[in-house]
Amino acid sequence: MNESILSVEHLTKRYGENTILEDVSFSVARGEVIVIVGPSGCGKSTLLRCLNALEPIQGGEIRLDGETVDSGAKDLTRLRQRIGMVFQSYELFPHMSVLNNILIAPVQVQKRDREEVKAEALELLERVGLSAKKDAYPRELSGGQKQRVAIVRALCMHPEVLLFDEVTAALDPEMVREVLDVILDLAREGKTMLIVTHEMSFARAIADRVFFLDNGGIVEQGKPADFFDHPQTERARQFLRTFEFESVK
Amino acid sequence: MPDLGLEVLLKGKNLVRLLGGLWTALRISLLSVAISLPVGVVLGVLMTRNNRFVKALLRLYLEFIRIMPQMVLLFIVYFGSTRAFGWDVSGETASVVVFTLWGAAEMSDLVRGALTSIPRHQYESAEALGMSRLQTSIFIIIPQTVRRLIPLSINLVTRMIKTTSLILMIGVVEVLKVSQQIIEANRMSSPNAAFGVYLSVFLLYFLACWPISLLAGRLEKKWS
Repeated sequence: MNESILSVEHLTKRYGENTILEDVSFSVARGEVIVIVGPSGCGKSTLLRCLNALEPIQGGEIRLDGETVDSGAKDLTRLRQRIGMVFQSYELFPHMSVLNNILIAPVQVQKRDREEVKAEALELLERVGLSAKKDAYPRELSGGQKQRVAIVRALCMHPEVLLFDEVTAALDPEMVREVLDVILDLAREGKTMLIVTHEMSFARAIADRVFFLDNGGIVEQGKPADFFDHPQTERARQFLRTFEFESVK
Repeated sequence: MPDLGLEVLLKGKNLVRLLGGLWTALRISLLSVAISLPVGVVLGVLMTRNNRFVKALLRLYLEFIRIMPQMVLLFIVYFGSTRAFGWDVSGETASVVVFTLWGAAEMSDLVRGALTSIPRHQYESAEALGMSRLQTSIFIIIPQTVRRLIPLSINLVTRMIKTTSLILMIGVVEVLKVSQQIIEANRMSSPNAAFGVYLSVFLLYFLACWPISLLAGRLEKKWS
């Protein structure tokens, strides 16, 4: 792997007295795909939200390409343009068509030429199989379609890092696949991604490295084959067992 | 066919007088709407801010106006305040003051409700795309708030128009007062005038408010 694009050092996040993340450190190389797994409430989503300063942090430092990301930074909006994020609940803008959802930020924030961004947006929509829906409104789309639009919306900003926060958790099972396929495609393209998910077989397929997060810290990390087949800690073994079922017949 | 007393309307200038009364009612309500909507928007935005003192003050204002029947408010301003402070206020001015106080209070609550009903995630999603606070407001939050607000505020406007029927109690000659005068003046010649005249009043209010209600319904459907 080549040089690091994102580095996190001694990150601490508290809500009042409650410590969510404590002394978390890692770095992500350009083109790397990190999958973060762990039990509910372990701080996975909070960790992602800290990375683009949606959550203020109480200690440590997050650097994107050497520049500090923090919720008080003056050029925070510029830094955020370089970090794309896709949410569990899609969060498309309900009053805008699919195309306008995608164009609003590149045109208004990055001041790029509307026609040029539009051409790119249409190409990306085509790629995720939604070019027919460009003029539809979010309420007319299924969950899986909304999530694919949300991914295109993030991609159109040309982010250097993409964050996926449990993007399939709210979807019906048959729609999970169409969204995961899009993300797999992005991994093949060499996009740098941090993915929080509960889809273990997807994690195994896409990850360069898996982080196992528990009790506010990274308990274990490694290549997916090592982590899933030979977890080192009892806590990770316990967690992975919850995805298995014994035969009852 | 029973005698509905409709012929009274055609006597003299009765119909024109009735329309004039309606215009007085509409003028007062529309002037109050024009002042109270923008004031209500400002107060509503203030209510979503984190200043406890301002919040408590606005809450008190809203509850006070809500609990008080509009008629009592009219009496306080027209009879009470003119005596107590010795100023000279016409019935029309007093009506505009009361309707503005009331409209602004109701509007502020509508604005507060519309703003707080926008999920926090909409802000986050805009911020994650690198939008500044101002851009988030202009492109994401305000358009959604306005869509929620317009049908609600149009309903408020029709309520204000209807409630002007109370201002005859402080001596403003609006449509209902004109009706009473017409009925009284023709008591001998058309003893049944009450039905016909009040029926016309009903139709006039209906014609004033119905298009506004239709518009609200249509916008609500369009933006739901």
